[in-house]
Order: sequence, then structure tokens, then C-alpha cells
Amino acid sequence: MTKAAVKQKRKNSNFWERNRKSEGYLLKKTIMSFVVKICRFVLLFGMCFLILQPIFNKISVSFMEEQDLYNPMVIAIPEHFTTDNYRLAAELMNYQESIVNSFVIALTISILQITVCTLVGYGFARFEFPLKKFWFACVLMVVLIPPQTISTSLHLHFRFFDILGIFEAITGSTINLRGSVLPYYLMSAGCMGLKNGLYIYMIRQFFRNIPKELEEAAYVDGCGTLKTFLRIMLPDATPILTSCFLFAFVWQWTDGFYSKLFLGNIRLVSTSLSRIVDSLAAYLQRLQGTTVTPTVALTDCIMSTGILMIIVPVLILYLFAQKGFVESLSSSGIKM
Amino acid sequence: MKKQKNKLAGLQKRKAIAGYIFIAPFIIGFLVFMVKPFFQSLYMSFCNVEVSAGSFNPVWQGIDNYVRAFTIDPEFTRLLVEEISRMVVDSLAIMVFSFFVALILNQKFKGRALVRAIFFLPVILSSGVILGLETDNSLMAQIQVAIEDTTSGISITGAVEDILRTAGVGVRAFETVFEIIDNIYNIAISSGIQIIIFLSGLQTISSSMYEAADIEGCTKWESLWKITFPMISSMFLVNWIYTVVDFCMRSDNEVIDKITTVMTQQINYGFSSAMTWIYFVIVMAFVGISSLIISKGVYYYD
Repeated sequence: MTKAAVKQKRKNSNFWERNRKSEGYLLKKTIMSFVVKICRFVLLFGMCFLILQPIFNKISVSFMEEQDLYNPMVIAIPEHFTTDNYRLAAELMNYQESIVNSFVIALTISILQITVCTLVGYGFARFEFPLKKFWFACVLMVVLIPPQTISTSLHLHFRFFDILGIFEAITGSTINLRGSVLPYYLMSAGCMGLKNGLYIYMIRQFFRNIPKELEEAAYVDGCGTLKTFLRIMLPDATPILTSCFLFAFVWQWTDGFYSKLFLGNIRLVSTSLSRIVDSLAAYLQRLQGTTVTPTVALTDCIMSTGILMIIVPVLILYLFAQKGFVESLSSSGIKM
Repeated sequence: MKKQKNKLAGLQKRKAIAGYIFIAPFIIGFLVFMVKPFFQSLYMSFCNVEVSAGSFNPVWQGIDNYVRAFTIDPEFTRLLVEEISRMVVDSLAIMVFSFFVALILNQKFKGRALVRAIFFLPVILSSGVILGLETDNSLMAQIQVAIEDTTSGISITGAVEDILRTAGVGVRAFETVFEIIDNIYNIAISSGIQIIIFLSGLQTISSSMYEAADIEGCTKWESLWKITFPMISSMFLVNWIYTVVDFCMRSDNEVIDKITTVMTQQINYGFSSAMTWIYFVIVMAFVGISSLIISKGVYYYD
């Protein structure tokens, strides 16, 4: 008998002995925890499957030929393996061009947004000034008001853009900023981009938790306001800033609303994806010379491929920065 | 003594100025891109906006747009009622689901990091345009029908639903529950952020509280109601507001869809503003009233 087995046996006998001493309580508890474990596993497995299944389904569909889609025998593994769908979807979405555009825009916009939101969040967290409550209520307003409410007039605002009538006085007409990128950068610089109120809120929450002594020590040692912010506060805030940045990037990447409103003329993956069905119809029409409506199966197949193609870059980002997304956010503690 | 006080006031003043400088971008952005369009759109909703090549001029016409939205437009009232009832049911379901999942994910078990990563995946996958495309995925529906045909309706949930229906007890209530169950995918994919918020709340509860309760002979069930619930009740408020607001902004929202169509295709700014305002006011009223009720039950530890 090996040592481990002896140990095991002693443990076992101990278990029963202990069980007898506790009048069956120990056994009951062990069984209970085992049952809980199994229930938890089943539940979690089911829910994870629920979330992952559409992705797996899309992956398998995207490799199928059209005839496989009609074949009821084919469910998960394609019979005729093909990568043509990817080629077609890439062509329909102008993938190369739009992915570069999307990347540049999402990156610059999210850096700009997070920079500004950090400044504002820091201002709200560490300084006392008159009307602070009022301005913070405004931040909450920004979180609460759906951008759709003001989209109509924003539309006009940028269609006939002017600063205090200066341009009209000089050139005689207002500037049409619609279709250019500028309005969106302006809005981002003014913290009015996609979900910026939320970022301000999260960053403020983080900075509030930094002890005041740190700031005071810096002040005693001769740090000015700006220097304290740059040298002391920013390095501490890296986790929350990373997670906000990742959010900003991902949401900007897939955003349809602001992109449609302001960036209509620029090819982005999100907007070209939402148009992919129409482009498919147009493509088939060009190919065959007559008006054809693409079949449901083919449309969905191409659409799944398109969705996969725009998800994959974000998914890779997510895999690498998963900790940044989940852990830093949940440990920083969002509280009202 | 007096001099020192003055100096302190000077420091405070300097800090106040620095604070204003820090939040200046927000103030400017808020005034230019929020307040102005906000009131402009309110004004436009009472107007008939005529857009010509170089300018637009709103013509005041009173509450015509609102009357039109409610009485003349064939779809709007129906869509509004549908969306709002969907919002109430779904938001409740999301709250329950995310609280439940957060409770599970807060326990220690093997592979927790993986499960967390998977549950948080929808925040990415269901954002923006993807969600709108996902909802009308008819291929999936076809496959589902095909599978159901081949298995000739052997489905546990289907059978249970049938039994409960024939039993005929409180049919309406059951229908709502069935709807939620059929909708579970939508609920699961839209509760990523809520799970994170609940998790962050759960992690702030000190474990000594549970230990104390355990020693005093509290069961897990009791400590859930007596400790966990009060301690994270403020999270319920945050989550509820977030869920409802998030629901209004989703891209598969039919009311928003209708508004965008009227605005960009029919170029009827006045009417679309009016519809937006009706929707906005109803949602805000709903958020206000419900969060007032919830905040009555919120318990603050410190």
C-alpha cells in the first residue's frame, strides 16, 4: 500500500467517523455541495452554449456552399467546403478599404473620447467648485437622454453649421458639414459621443476612490495641479482607462447610429454590413443582367459571413484584453 | 490668522478654477451639442420644417404633429405600445437573469474566468448594427422549423407549455412567461453590462458579514435575502436605469426605426421630432416613476 492510499484511507475513515459524530450532518452537507456543483455546471453550460451557439452556427454556415443550405441533412458540418462566401462578402463590403477606415476612425475617436472623458471625470472627482452638483446632473442627463431625441436637430445643426453666424456673414452661406468626419470629432471633443456620459461616470467613480493623502503629499512636494494629474493619478488609473478605451473602441467599431448620421460617406465596416443585403441584390443583378431577389438562404449565409468578418478583429482584441474588459471594471466598483 | 485664512481661500479658488478648466470640454460640448439641439428639436416638433437648398425655416403650427402621431399615423401608436410593453417585460427579465448569473459567477469554481469571458462576450457581439441584423435571421428560423419537423414536436418546453395551457390556470400570466423563455437568447445577450455591475456590487460586500451570519445559524437562502439583497440594492437602481435606457437606444427598436425613416427618407423633421419627443417623454416618465419606487427600497450601508 502506498503512502497516498494510506492517507486516503485514513481520510475516508475519518470522514465516516466525523459523519457519525456529527449525526449525519457532514454527509448531508457533502452531498448538497455536490448537487449544487452539478446544477451549477448544467446551468452554466447551458447558458454558455446559448451564447456561443449562434457564433458556431455562423462559422459553419459561412463555409457552406449554397446547396448545403437547402440540404436538411447538413446542420453543422458543411458537405461542400468552400471559402467563396468570404470572398463575396469581402467584395460586397469593400472589406479592405472599410476595415482600414473603421480602424482609423474607431481608434482616433476612442482615444479622443477617453482623453476628454478622463479630464472631465478627474475634474468632477477631485475638485470642489461651485455648481458642481448641477454639472454632474448634466452628465447624468447625457447618459439618460437617448441620442435619438436630438438626432433630428443635430442633423440640421451640421447640415447648416455655423458658429454664431460668423461664416454666414463672411461667405453668405452656412457650411454643410454633413458627410464629413469633422462633426463627429467635434462632438467627441465635447464629450457628446457614443455613451460618453457613461465613461465620465466610470472614470469619476474610479478617481474618487484614490485617497486624498496622495494628492496632498504631491502638493507638499511641489507638484502643481497638472503635474499631480499626469504623474500621480494617470498611472494609477491605467486599468479603468484601458477598459473604457476598449469599450469605446468596440462600440465605435460596431456603431450604426452615429456612423449613419455623421459618417455616411465613409465606408465603414458597420455601415457596409448593414447594407450588405442590398449590395448582394445589386451584385446579383449586375451578374445576371436582370432583376433578381437573392434567396433567403444565400442572403443569410452572406450576412453571417459578413457579421463574422467584422466580429473577428474585435474578438481577437477581446481575447487578448479580456482581463481588461471584465476584471478591472468589476473591481473598480461602479456605485451610485 | 486672518492672512492664513485668506491664503486658504486663494488655494480653494485656484482649485475651483482648475476644476472648471478640467470639466470645460464637457460644459462646452454640453451647451453646443446637447442643450441647443435639445431645445431646437423641441421647438421643431411644434413646427412644419421646410428644407430648401440653402436653409431651413420652421413654420409654427402648434400641436399638429402630435395630433398626427397619435390619430392619423397608422403605425405609430401600435409600435409605441408594443415597444413599451416589450421594454417593461424584457427589462424585468434582464434584471432577474443578470442578478442570478452574477450570483453564480461570484462563487468560486473551476473555469470561472472562462465562463465570465463568455458571458461578457455579448457586450461586444450584440452591439450596434449586429443586433439589428441578428433579429431577422430567417435562416436560423428555417433550420429551427426543419428540426422541429423532423423531431415531430418532441420538445420538453413545448410539452410543458401545452400541459399548462390545457390546465388553463392563469393563461395570460403563463403566456408572458413563455414569451420570456422563448426570448431567453435576447435576454442573455443584452445583460452583459448588467452582470458586470452586479458583480462589482457583490464583490464590495465583505465576506465577514456572511461568516457572521453563518455562525449565527443563517442558511444561505436567508443570507441572500438579509445580506446580499440590501447590500446591492443600489445596484438594482443603477442597473434598472441602465437597462431601460439601453433598451431605448438599441438599433432593433421599431419606434426609433420609424423615426429615422421619417427623418432621412421622407425628410419630415417636424413630425419625426414630435414622435421622438413623445417616445422620450414616455420613457423618461417611466424611468422616473420606477426609479422613485426602487429608490424607496434602496438601503445605504454607510
